[in-house]
Amino acid sequence: MLELASTDGHVASDTARAQSPLAVRGMTVSYGEKPAVFSVDMTVKAGSMTAIIGPNGAGKSTLLKACLGIVKPLSGQVEVMGRPLAEMRAKIAYVPQRASVDWDFPTRVIDVVLMGLYREVGLLGRLRGAHIDRARACLDRVGMVAFADRQIGQLSGGQQQRVFLARALAQEADLYLLDEPFAGVDAATEKAIIAVLKSLKAEGKTVVAVHHDLATVGDYFDHVFMINVRRIAEGPVATAFTAETLQEAYGGRLAAAQVDQISAALA
Amino acid sequence: MVIDALLLQLGYNATLVAVGAMLLGVAAGMTGSFLYLRKRALVSDAISHATLPGVGLAFIVMVALGADGRNLPGLLLGSALSAWAGLLCLGWLVRRTRLAEDAAIGAVLSVFFGFGIVLLTVIQTMSSGRQAGLENFLLGSTAGMLRMDALVIAGGGALILLAIFILRRPMLEVAFDPEYAAARGLNVDRVDLAMMGLVMAVTVVGLKIVGLILIVALLIIPSVAARFWTDRADHVVLIGGILGGLAGYTGAAISAAVPNVPTGPIIVLIAFGLFALSLLFAPGRGVMAALVRHLRFQHRVHLRQGLLALAQAQQIYEPRTLRLLRRAGLARPDGVATEAGRARAARALRDEKRWEIVRTDPAHEAAAAFYDGLTDIDAVLTRDQIAEIDRRIGSPQGVSA
Repeated sequence: MLELASTDGHVASDTARAQSPLAVRGMTVSYGEKPAVFSVDMTVKAGSMTAIIGPNGAGKSTLLKACLGIVKPLSGQVEVMGRPLAEMRAKIAYVPQRASVDWDFPTRVIDVVLMGLYREVGLLGRLRGAHIDRARACLDRVGMVAFADRQIGQLSGGQQQRVFLARALAQEADLYLLDEPFAGVDAATEKAIIAVLKSLKAEGKTVVAVHHDLATVGDYFDHVFMINVRRIAEGPVATAFTAETLQEAYGGRLAAAQVDQISAALA
Repeated sequence: MVIDALLLQLGYNATLVAVGAMLLGVAAGMTGSFLYLRKRALVSDAISHATLPGVGLAFIVMVALGADGRNLPGLLLGSALSAWAGLLCLGWLVRRTRLAEDAAIGAVLSVFFGFGIVLLTVIQTMSSGRQAGLENFLLGSTAGMLRMDALVIAGGGALILLAIFILRRPMLEVAFDPEYAAARGLNVDRVDLAMMGLVMAVTVVGLKIVGLILIVALLIIPSVAARFWTDRADHVVLIGGILGGLAGYTGAAISAAVPNVPTGPIIVLIAFGLFALSLLFAPGRGVMAALVRHLRFQHRVHLRQGLLALAQAQQIYEPRTLRLLRRAGLARPDGVATEAGRARAARALRDEKRWEIVRTDPAHEAAAAFYDGLTDIDAVLTRDQIAEIDRRIGSPQGVSA
């Protein structure tokens, strides 16, 4: 097949795939008869913080969901640390978009975080004091422990996002996949979340996030995966996040001035 | 007579029926809670109506085989099979066509029910098989119930409770956040199907007592009533079970004591009574509690606004504010602050200044989230923290703390 959309000519070797915490090969996902993601390869670097960026409707969230098996791809494989996804689920933590659930659901903050431990506890196991302590520690890490017994409906958008992050932390996974973690949150939350993500990286974990704010890509992330249905570019921010790749991904949607501004900021 | 029934004094069979109805009520209340939390309450209506053709077909088959057409396990098996067929139709319509679930429910419900009624009419004209009593499956009846029937119902209820215990966590996970559940490797479709299987089991077990038209009420009403009492999903399930059990037990006992009263409608009316009580009197989410809370809140808002106005020597125009201040002895009828009023007003203003600092300082972010213009700052911050804030404001103007 012709690699029309790929500018970097980057094709990961088999060993790079085997070592990657998340490698995708030839993935196509389609809603109806319009592919949202078409024949995408992605090899996430171990220990990296990778931003998945692209315009609205470019398939960013779809790619993430397909990696997790939430939507069934039409074709393609997902490998986690060189093994099939199904064997490695325990190693992956997912932070969905905040708007994907009903926040009127009758549950407390601590109960949401405890859901991160359900797989570990099993169907019939008891939730013990040790589990609750762990959940509280995760809430503490995102600055939400004071809200543990609150009804989730009473939280602000930023606080909801932090609770979702705490639930993912409770899994003690190696790979963290986040869908627009900074969308519609306050500045304090953004700071708190990025601090947690950076500490995860410092612990050697891998972080992949769908991200929409081009201005902060360079500050928050070290790697970029740029997509617009097809893969546009992939690699370290310095080489993959350039005026050319942005132009290719966003086309006319990004004013030339914005592109200049971003590349100036990166230079 | 009714008291005797409630105290299980009506003999072994009536007692067995009441206990069976209670187990059914607990199972229905709990299963319905999961359905309600998953926001698919209406599916139970389609499932229950889809049982009717199965009842008719099972009767016809059993008579044709020369057996007793009214054998309860046989009829229940038939109803389960046709409910399952209804469920599959519903799933297929939603997945494969562009029909939304509500439209698909309407289609499945009416077609299956219509077919069932046709079958019952055909059975009426059959010469053999002692068909009388089959129509009791529509509204439920405990009259002439056999000991074996009651045991089948009680056993079915107990099995459903066991299944709920095993599936409770996956069902809650899927109800709250299906995408996250899927990401953890849970098969969301299968969990949903298991939940529908439980609904089907409740419907089938409840056919004899509550009847297929009203079983949906026993599934839904206890859970929505339970929601008034708690903000925790696991407690919704527990309270839903208790309310369902209460309705089942009381309803069956009353219908055993009073002749010619259909069991299903009585159980449903009692469930509704419990719902109405919850709606009105539950603390927190109940109507009365909300009213009281609203009035109290209004009171606090007016008082606070009045105090701030007094502190800044502004005219108070709102008659209600003035009335509240006067009644609290904080202002004179002409709107001038009393001695106590001046002290309280100065304190209100100082608290407002403290809050201003708290809200602009990221270090106090957690505390700032409690700000609503009404909460006392001492309820949120320690004395040391407040002292530190006061140092930043400078001395509180002429007020001793």
